[in-house]
Order: sequence, then C-alpha cells, then structure tokens
Amino acid sequence: MRIVVPKETRPGESRVAATPRTVEQLIKLGYDVAVETGAGRASAYEDSAYTAAGAAIVPPEQAYAGDIVFKINAPDAEEIERLRSGQILMSLMAPALNPELVEALRAKGVTAMAMDAVPRISRAQALDVLSSMANLGGYRAIIEAANEYGGMFTGQVTAAGKMPPATVLVVGAGVAGLAAIGTANSLGAVVKAFDARQEVADQVESMGGQFLRPNLEGLDTGPSADGYAKEMGEEFNKRTTEMYREEVPKADIIVTTALIPGRPAPRIIDEAMVASMKPGSVIVDMAASNGGNVAGAQADQVVTTANGVKILGYTDLPGRLPTQASQLFGQNLVNLMKLVTPEKDGQAVLDMDDTVVRGMTVAQAGETLWPPPPVQVSAAPATAPAGGATPVADKPVKKPMSQQRRFGLIVGLGLLFVLLSAWMPGAILGNFLIFMLSVVIGFYVIGNVHHALHTPLMSVTNAISGIIVVGALLQVGHGHLWVSILAFLGVLVASINIFGGFTVTDRMLDMFKREEPA
Amino acid sequence: MDVSTTLVSGAYLIAGLFFILALSGLSKHETARMGNRYGIAGMVIALVVTVLLAGDRTDWNGLFWILPAMVVAAVLGMSVARKVEMTQMPELIAILHSFVGLAAVLVGWNSSYEEHAAIAYPTIHDVEVFVGVFIGAVTFTGSIVAYLKLSAKIKSAPKMLPAHNLVNLGIIAVFVVLTIIYCLVDPENMFLRQLLLGIMTLLALFLGWHLVSSIGGGDMPVVVSMLNSYSGWAAAAAGFLLNNALLIITGALVGSSGAFLSYIMCKGMNRNFLAVISGGFGVEGGTVASDTDYGEHREITAEGAAELLREAKSVVITPGYGMATAQAQHAVAEITKVLRGKGVNVRFGIHPVAGRLPGHMNVLLAEAKVPYDIVLEMDEINDDLADTDVVLVIGANDTVNPAAMDDPNSPIAGMPVLHVWEAGDVIVFKRSMATGYAGVQNPLFFKENTQMLFGDAKERVEDILKAL
Repeated sequence: MRIVVPKETRPGESRVAATPRTVEQLIKLGYDVAVETGAGRASAYEDSAYTAAGAAIVPPEQAYAGDIVFKINAPDAEEIERLRSGQILMSLMAPALNPELVEALRAKGVTAMAMDAVPRISRAQALDVLSSMANLGGYRAIIEAANEYGGMFTGQVTAAGKMPPATVLVVGAGVAGLAAIGTANSLGAVVKAFDARQEVADQVESMGGQFLRPNLEGLDTGPSADGYAKEMGEEFNKRTTEMYREEVPKADIIVTTALIPGRPAPRIIDEAMVASMKPGSVIVDMAASNGGNVAGAQADQVVTTANGVKILGYTDLPGRLPTQASQLFGQNLVNLMKLVTPEKDGQAVLDMDDTVVRGMTVAQAGETLWPPPPVQVSAAPATAPAGGATPVADKPVKKPMSQQRRFGLIVGLGLLFVLLSAWMPGAILGNFLIFMLSVVIGFYVIGNVHHALHTPLMSVTNAISGIIVVGALLQVGHGHLWVSILAFLGVLVASINIFGGFTVTDRMLDMFKREEPA
Repeated sequence: MDVSTTLVSGAYLIAGLFFILALSGLSKHETARMGNRYGIAGMVIALVVTVLLAGDRTDWNGLFWILPAMVVAAVLGMSVARKVEMTQMPELIAILHSFVGLAAVLVGWNSSYEEHAAIAYPTIHDVEVFVGVFIGAVTFTGSIVAYLKLSAKIKSAPKMLPAHNLVNLGIIAVFVVLTIIYCLVDPENMFLRQLLLGIMTLLALFLGWHLVSSIGGGDMPVVVSMLNSYSGWAAAAAGFLLNNALLIITGALVGSSGAFLSYIMCKGMNRNFLAVISGGFGVEGGTVASDTDYGEHREITAEGAAELLREAKSVVITPGYGMATAQAQHAVAEITKVLRGKGVNVRFGIHPVAGRLPGHMNVLLAEAKVPYDIVLEMDEINDDLADTDVVLVIGANDTVNPAAMDDPNSPIAGMPVLHVWEAGDVIVFKRSMATGYAGVQNPLFFKENTQMLFGDAKERVEDILKAL
C-alpha cells in the first residue's frame, strides 16, 4: 500500500506528518511512501533527505494519490474533496468538537482515524500524539513565557546587586504541566504546581517543582454517606480557589494546562486573580483553544491587561518546535502503522476488536463510528490528558492524618504517660527510658538499609533477639525443678536462634560479591 | 568467684552498643560483614557474663543445665544454617522467630512461679508476666503458621473465619480482662493463677495462628518482618519482667527495626500496614475483572528468545518468586555471564516485594554469584526500561502488572510496579496463563511486544543458554 504525505495547508502550520527517519521505518513495514514536494521544508527536512530515506517526491497534484494519507491537521473542505472512498486518513480530528468534519468524511467513504482519540491505556501510549505534543507544548510554553518576561528565570547575586529567581506557577500536572515544570526548573526558576489529583505530587516533585496543597483542614469531618464525595468536591473547589487567590499574586509566570479534549476548558484563574498580579507578569494559557483557563485569554493572541499582565493564548505551541514535533508525530504514526500491520507486508489491517484501533476510528465504509464504546481496561485516566487539572474529585481520596491531629494525639499520649508515671515505681521508669531510646535508635539505624540487605538484616536481628536466652539462663536452677526444665528448654531454643542466625547471616554475606575489576 | 553486679551491667551496656553497631553495619554492603561480627562479639560478651552470673548464683550447679543445652543448640543451629538452601531462607527465618516466641513464653511462665513476697512491685510484675507470655505466644504460633505456609506444607491462600477482625479484637479484650483479674487474685491461690495464665496462653496461641492464617501468601514478606518485630517486643517484655536492661535494649531495637521494615514493605506495595496485618488481601473490595477481554497472547520458543537476546544491546531481568521455586537463579546467572561476555549490558530489576522475604531475590542472585552492583532496585531501573531492548520476566507477575497503573478498579491499583512493557521486547517465563497471588489478570501478557515462554523457568532458561 502507498502512504502519501501531503504538505500541510493550514496557515502557520510548520509540521509535517513524516520525517526521513519515520519514512525509513514505514518502508521497513512494507509500505511505499510518497511525500509532496516541499512538505518538510518548514520543519527543516529537505526533499533530498526524504529521497535518501527511500520516499518518492511527488508534485502537489499527486499528493493524495495513495491508499493511506498522513496529515497533521484535519483536512479542510478542499482537501476533503481530494480524498476518495476507501482511503485511510490519519490525522488530528477532534471528533467530539467537529461533528460536521466526521460527517463529511463519512459521506466521502473515507476510513478516518483520529490521532487525538487514542484510548488512554498504556499499550497505546506509543501512538498517543496528545502526550507527545503536550510534552513539547509544555516546554515551549516556558520558552515563550521567558521570551515575553522582562526578567531572568534564575536568581543571581552579582556585583550590580541581587536578582531574585522568577516564580513559576504551573496549573495541572499532566504531560504538558510536567514538561513545563521541568523546563522552568532547569532555567533556575522557583516552580510551584497544583493538580486536583493529589497522587501526582510525587511526579511534580520529581521534576523539581513544589506541589501546592490547598488547606483541607476540617474537610475530613463529614459523614461518610453517599453524598459525601460530591459535597467534598464543592468544598474542595472552594479551598482550591482560595489557594489560587493566595498563590497567583506571588507568581511571575503562570502556565495553565487544564484541558480535556472535546470539553470547554475549566476557568481557573479569574479576572480578580489576573488583576492581582504584578505588572510584567506573563500567563501562558495552553487551553486557549477551548476557551482558556484564564479570564481574558484569546486563542492565538497575546493580550495585555490593564495592569500590564501579558496573557499568551498560543494554540500552536508544539508547532513552534516543528523539527522535533514532526519527528514525534511521525513516530506516533509509525507506531500506529506497526499496530495495524501485523505481517509487516505493507498491508494495513484494521482490527475493530482491538480497543485502540476501534477507539481511533471515527468513520469507516460510510458509517460513523464515533463515539467509540467505552474502553474497559482503563476508565478514569481518560479525564487526565494534556493536563487534566480540573478540580474533579471523583474519587474520595483517603487523606493522611493531618499534622495538627497527629500532634494532638502524640501530645495526648505523652500527657497520659506523664500522669501514669506518677504511680510508677522508679525502677520501671528507668526501664521505660531505656526502652524508648532503643526504639528510636532502632528506627534510625534501620532507616537507610540497602534493600538488598533486608534478608541478612532480618536474620541478624533474629539472631540478636535470641538474647532472650539471658532471661532463661538466669532462671536455671532457681526453686522448682519445673522452673529449671522450662528454663533448659528456653536456653535450648533461644540458643539455636543465636548460633543458627549468626551462621546463616555470615553465609549469606559471603555471597554478596562486587563485580571483579576486569 | 564473685561476679559483681556492676560488671554485669557494664558488660550488658557494651553488648547493647555492639548490637546497635551490628544493625547499622548491615545497612551497607561494605560494612555488612563487620556488622555481623559486631553482633557476634556483643552476643559472646553477653553470654559469657550471664553464664558466669547464673553459675555463680546457683553454686555452679546451673551449668549442668546450661552447658548441655547450649552445646546441643549450637550443633543443631549451625548445622541447619550451613545446609539450608537459599530459596528456603524465608522458612528458616520464620521458624527461628517461633523459637524466640517460645522462649519468651517459657521465660514468662517461669517468672510467674517467683515468690510474690520477694518481688518489689507484685502488680506490675503480674502485668509483665501476662504481656510477655501474650506477645511470645502470638509470635510462636504466628511464626509456625508462616513457616508452614512458606514451606507449602499448608495452603497459602488466606483462610478467613467470619468476622475475623472481631475475633482478633475480642481476644485482645479478653486478654485485658484476664490480666486485671490475675492482678487481683490472691497470690497464694496458685491454682487459680495458673489457670488464668493457661487460658490466656491458649488464647494468645490461637490469636497468633488466626492472624497469620488470614494473610495470603503474597503478603508474606510483610508477615515475616512483622514477626521479626514481634519477636523483638517479646524479648523486650521479658526484659521488663526480669528487670534486665540488655533484654529491653535488644528487644526494642529488633522490635522497632522490624516494624519499620514492615512499613517499608507495605509502602512498596502501596498497602495500608494495618490492613495487611489484620489480613485479607484480595478479599476485601476491588473487582477482579476476570471477564475483560485482553486479546491473544503470543508464544515464543527458547531459540527465538536466544535470538532476541543475541541481538540486544541491553537486557534487564526482573525475577520473582517463580525464579525461587524453580531454583533457576544459577541458570539465570549463567545467561547473565554469557551475555555480558558478549558485551551486552545486563542488569537486574528487583521489585521491593519480589519473593517471600524482604531482599529475597538479592540473596538468591548473590548465591548464584551475580555481582551485586548490577542488581538494581525498582526505582533505580524503572526510567531505563524504555531504553532497554529485551526484558526477561522470570516468575514475576503482579510486580510487573500494568493494571496497577492503568486500571483504578484493580485490586493492586496504585502499587508501584516495574514498567517492563516500555522495553522493546518482553519475554515472560511462566508455567501457565494462571494469575498471580493477587488473582488479577495481567494485561502485560497480551501486549504486542510481549511474548510468553511457557514451562519450568529453570528448564527454559537452560534451553536458552544452550541456544546461545
């Protein structure tokens, strides 16, 4: 089968759906590849590079003469005209937002596969353009912000005075948000981030960001009835908004990434918050194409507010890195072709029993297949794409005990002990002192044990706990014969522990060998 | 010869210090052997002084009891320790824990015979007897059940009495009531006191059995380290009873370190500690989506696997309990050697709860002479898996299950797992398509880059070795 790669026609689009590297892989899968002349120029891929990779370069008239059409953007009316029945089209489509596009493709008899409708299961990660583009977008958002921002990201102390680092607030810790956090962090900024999914805190911290937690005090006192989760959701939203009111004025740069494909973007930063920011601050709203997370954001525009805050609503952030974006998009397409070409013979087979293929196919043989049946393997993560920072508390998250409560509990227990000690004889208290200190030492000593040594550690502690033999030893020969017999047994079993435990530990430790220096 | 009390106290102090050095030495490979020696030194000091003291107090008659017991124990303990297979370490450690528990029970009972008049604070002494015997007895039967489960002498599936949590709490409540009655009973009424102590001992023995019975085999690493902790608390309780500082120090050290280790284990499985020790994994909550259609799995031959390995630049091996049961570690080590000889970068990725004992896989690989610096922890290797050409999954299942990340309804949802599916090719060694301990189907087996190699892990690994 022949794959054709037309030049993108959307104004401002600089990407291309195949690069010389991906062409090579497509040819290995058994396909013929034809690239429209000049298609890769804007991404810095020359025709000659495609030819070298094995593709044919065709004039614009033949750009649609193939069995499979690779595109970045959904075709416009003119391009739909050029498609023919039975062709397979693979491109972005946003089928949920563009029912008329789906209808037009259906009417044309085209098999349409939406690259932005890949089910969010880990097997399909390799072909998910939303992730790969979001990653680039998050990176570029920081670069754009740095470009507009009048200060440096990193803090320095120089002979000419001290420069504080910029504070970057990232809303939504999906793929785009994490990429933005990492980029801002590597430029030296202080990065804070928030996401309604508390479980991503570790990911945020791993990228060098500080995860913000709204004050949730008092939220855990509610009844556990059915309405609890929803009620908590509303209260949770309120607390989150309070947190934003506090954090937004402190930020120099804000990047918002709360975007769910096919739905209007949630409004997170309102007018009052924007007005509270310092003049010269920059906001990048990555959800501007769907209405924006920020009040006043305009798609593809730079808006400067009355108080001098710039709101960037670029919707083509990934496209501003065309060389890399084309390569990633092209690789996603190659991975899709690998999935649908099981025999590697250049024949695409669309297996509609495969949830991934089924989920992406929006139209086939004159039938509309959108929306697909829900994917069974993973339901919830579907709400967490390009940066799902929507405060949707759909799962009652089990919260750890709050600091204050824990403190209260510990102080309470401490006081109880103090009270009890009034009736305790001194000798016992002395024993308690030894006991508690040893407990604490035990915790600290063990804290940094290498995981590989857990088994030897257990066998050595086991040997050591054989020290109970001391108790039995001291009981031998006192009073009753029975006492001595029981003590004899005690000495016997506890000593087995001591001798056995130390011996086996020694044996194990003998085995752990570092690689011999060659 | 008179053994002065200050000499004994001083010796105990040093012994306690040596035990702390032993535990801290064990935290690094470089110092681990020294750590063990510190432990032995501390033990020798403590034992010599105690034996002298015991002899001195009994006009040296006591040594007729002590020396034979220790000689027999030394012969028994060391011969078993020398012979035991590394795959049987979990069983050995579990049974050794039961000995500490038993010793604690014996010490407690003995102590109850002491004449009340001779004791400074009889009530406190009574409470200590009860607590010591209780913890000891729970440790004793709990460890025996763990031993039986680990050595596959009984089924490892969780066994549940109805309302098992209520039963556990009820026993603890009865224990408290009995303790109070025991303290109030006339000290001269030996019969009643012995009866109360006897009933309590039986209840505690039952509790230990019941606690561990209701915990499934997959949670055994936590159970073993928890029992380790219990055996420490039992020793500490005996220390209070005998007013012996060394026992308190050592017991508390072992107890708290064991508890912390259990906590680390639980974190590795993203599980609640209390939920694990009160039993019942895979029974409570969580839907086991057995009717989900995951598609077809693909099989590969040993020759095919060898072919893949030969072309690979980097290989990661993720072993699980299956490697231990099949005794495949030596064959795996052999493959590692051959591949490394060909310049392939071979590493191991160990999940924190792989096996039936914390660090179990590391011991097995060390036994097979795999250098420990290519054996990495899950967190150390996870990021590299995407750049790995071939992953060999040998007898692991739940620890490499992508459902833990993708499927919020999975019983193992949220458990950190090795991301083996990100690698170029995954070869899964498995006996059949049966599920792992958690009873969860593993979508990994149906991924397009996964191929199954069925059969006994050891035989299959040897086949690959031949083909290489």
